[in-house]
Amino acid sequence: MKPQDFDFLSSLLRRRSGLTLNPDKVYLLESRLTPLARRSGMESLDGLIAELRKSASEQLMRDVTEAMTTNESFFFRDRTPFDLFRDQVLPMLRQRRAATKKVRIWCAACSTGQEPYSLAFVLKQQEAQWRDWKFEIIGTDIARPVLQKAKEGIYSQFEVQRGLPIQLLMKHFKQEGDVWRLSEDIRKMVTFREFNLLDNFAALGKFDVIYCRNVLIYFDQSTKSNVLERMRKILPDDGALFLGAAETVLGITDKFRPVRGQRGMYLPSDADQNLMAPAS
Amino acid sequence: MKSCLVVDDSKVIRRVARRILEELDFSIEEAVDGKDALGACERMSPDVVLLDWNMPVMDGLEFLKQIRGRSDLRQPVIVFCTTENDMNHIRLAMEAGADEYIMKPFDREIIEAKFAQVGLM
Ligand SMILES: C[S@@+](CC[C@H](N)C(=O)[O-])C[C@H]1O[C@@H](n2cnc3c(N)ncnc32)[C@H](O)[C@@H]1O
Repeated sequence: MKPQDFDFLSSLLRRRSGLTLNPDKVYLLESRLTPLARRSGMESLDGLIAELRKSASEQLMRDVTEAMTTNESFFFRDRTPFDLFRDQVLPMLRQRRAATKKVRIWCAACSTGQEPYSLAFVLKQQEAQWRDWKFEIIGTDIARPVLQKAKEGIYSQFEVQRGLPIQLLMKHFKQEGDVWRLSEDIRKMVTFREFNLLDNFAALGKFDVIYCRNVLIYFDQSTKSNVLERMRKILPDDGALFLGAAETVLGITDKFRPVRGQRGMYLPSDADQNLMAPAS
Repeated sequence: MKSCLVVDDSKVIRRVARRILEELDFSIEEAVDGKDALGACERMSPDVVLLDWNMPVMDGLEFLKQIRGRSDLRQPVIVFCTTENDMNHIRLAMEAGADEYIMKPFDREIIEAKFAQVGLM
């Protein structure tokens, strides 16, 4: 790939989705965009690039952006963020939201839905204790195909075996040939919508808990800080943020601080230090 | 180091499972059917049994029922690992006292995830 083509594509991607590509990732562009070029009726990636330059077609730019997303996800990924949700966040919310009994949770780059559904499983298990409460779980992503899959709640045999306890498979899935369909009562606990993290969060409203996992890793430093600082603004002082295992706020923003001994969980820096019970 | 008894009548499967589990730091014993596995359990008392369903002599479910009835033996964690991939089989296995259930084909990631599920990692 010519250096000017690499520059063209990488600046397009950075502008549209925040994705930051170093020149050593040329192979990634080639391996993901060549199939797209073929699907779009072009002979090669060069053809696709030429078309993009010429027409600047919105549809094609979207397709390129979507094709370059990494959508890997699995149920209860890294486990701790879901244990902490059950053991720390929910008990805290029960006290702090006793007046409104309303809780809003945002999975900010939810891909094929395993993350918000894992939270739904946790809530479902405690259903009896939350009778008159209203939980809203919103899953968003920039890529439409993964959202479509998330909504359908259909997973392969491989996907249902990564992180999902067999008891939950038995309880909440139905086998349909080679695939497994998530039950309606779990699916209806989560709302999915298309959303780009580079866009203004105002339309989403405020949240009590944000899961923003394994997406910031693709952004450069200033985009990471920008996203996190805007997230701080839509979280109350007693809200909580979860990042992926390979991500941190350290050196990126001072609006959040890690919670000692509780991997992946971050609280607003100016919040009461004693909000969460100490880890047992 | 935890010990795992791999029970499968296929030599190929036993070899694949052994390689994955050794990488995950388990010590491995092998058995070729349920009866062989019972003998191995009496001898070595494994921490976990990775158990195929369809085997000659004694199948996995029968082994599971028998070992769960043996109060004289230390009870291992039992993870089924089988091509029987329908809800009926899963139910039968769980009701008979299995701890987890893997539907073949499996890979390292699935084994790791399932073993983590039952507190082995
Ligand atoms: C690796 S997945 C993470 C899924 C899930 N959070 C997890 O941890 O398993 C990353 C997701 O981020 C999405 N993504 C990338 N850039 C985005 C952006 N600018 N806005 C919203 N989502 C984005 C991708 O489409 C992809 O589905």
